[in-house]
Amino acid sequence: MTVRKNQAHLTPTEKRNFVDALLELKRSGRYDTFVTTHNAFIMSDTDNGDRVGHRSPSFLPWHRRFLIQFEQALQAVNPEVALPYWDWTVDRSPTSSLWAADFLGGTGRSRDGQVSDGAFAVTAGKWPVSVRVDGRGFLRRALGSGGQQLPTRAEVDAVLAMPTYDTAPWNSASDGFRNHLEGWRGVNLHNRVHVWVGGQMGTGVSPNDPVFWMHHAFIDRLWAQWQARHPGSTYLPAVQTRNVVSLNDVMRPWNDVTPADMLDHTRHYTYDTAA
Amino acid sequence: MSQLSRRRALGASATALAGLALTGFVRTAAPSGPPAAEHGNRAHSPGGSGHTPTQPKPFDESFKGRRIQGAPSHHGGHHGVGYSVHIDGEELHVMQNADGTWISVVNHYETFTSPRAVARAAVVELQGSQLEPLL
Ligand SMILES: [Cu+2]
Ligand SMILES: [Cu+2]
Repeated sequence: MTVRKNQAHLTPTEKRNFVDALLELKRSGRYDTFVTTHNAFIMSDTDNGDRVGHRSPSFLPWHRRFLIQFEQALQAVNPEVALPYWDWTVDRSPTSSLWAADFLGGTGRSRDGQVSDGAFAVTAGKWPVSVRVDGRGFLRRALGSGGQQLPTRAEVDAVLAMPTYDTAPWNSASDGFRNHLEGWRGVNLHNRVHVWVGGQMGTGVSPNDPVFWMHHAFIDRLWAQWQARHPGSTYLPAVQTRNVVSLNDVMRPWNDVTPADMLDHTRHYTYDTAA
Repeated sequence: MSQLSRRRALGASATALAGLALTGFVRTAAPSGPPAAEHGNRAHSPGGSGHTPTQPKPFDESFKGRRIQGAPSHHGGHHGVGYSVHIDGEELHVMQNADGTWISVVNHYETFTSPRAVARAAVVELQGSQLEPLL
């Protein structure tokens, strides 16, 4: 059974296995197919039209399915690997071990944002950024450069306390747990973390940075925590609703999985600590 | 079905905006203020009443050495956006949020009050790099 662990608790061997599996997916071309898929949804999910991956109730089950597929690809390289999660309420500094040269490498240099240490630096030769929105083919970051702080545990807890999963109009203007977690409204959790990392993480091609998976694994864990705190609440909308994925509708691009199928993560993996 | 509804919404926007075009740039709500729950629906729904959709006028200027342009595009809009932005002639994919704020593909998780602000933010983010052609 796959156990997703806090990245801060990984052993040196676990870190190396994870990095090596990422590099192999990149080498084989498989990695970039995930970046392409993500950007296609980022560009087509709109507040007033069809929306599946973002700014909609299915933000959480869509990314859960997306991460499961990615984790399976990693495990096809090395069955020992599981996706770690990044608890940015605790590891909230550019000096955290997450950003050390033996793991993801650090922030970008000021001139052009280029990450210049670790396995994902362009100078290491194994991480070309090919699916991109501009001409720069190297991984970029600007950790915390906007002067913004990562969300605090108190801010996370305030969002976890919201009892309603999502509300009409089921988009970036919605009240409720999903949109506050996604960050279009209120204290801003998920979106703010993308901005804090900067570089490709602030763009539609954000999965170019391996931290994308650890950020979303933590968002996914927060969904599980919310479920544990609100056993009487569930995914909404339950009935068919125009332009959005209701509980029993299938989600693109898989077309064989519904939000209902994604509610129980323990069928696929567990977390190192109870929700 | 959604393509049709988007087009209808754009048509309604164009009609409602006809009188506004002369009054100049329309500022949207501050991005930090949480929008009222129904605001997004009302602002864009064809049957909505009493609330004017926010759409800025065209712009064309030089910013930090780059030419940035924005204009309504009722026909050629990417994904039916209805407003297109270019940097040095290459299209920047932009999108309007339900509360009237804007984002672009290079600043996708941060909202801006106008397409001009989103174009300027993109210029800063690009650090001189050229946009890739949209897929
Ligand atoms: Cu996403
Ligand atoms: Cu994200």
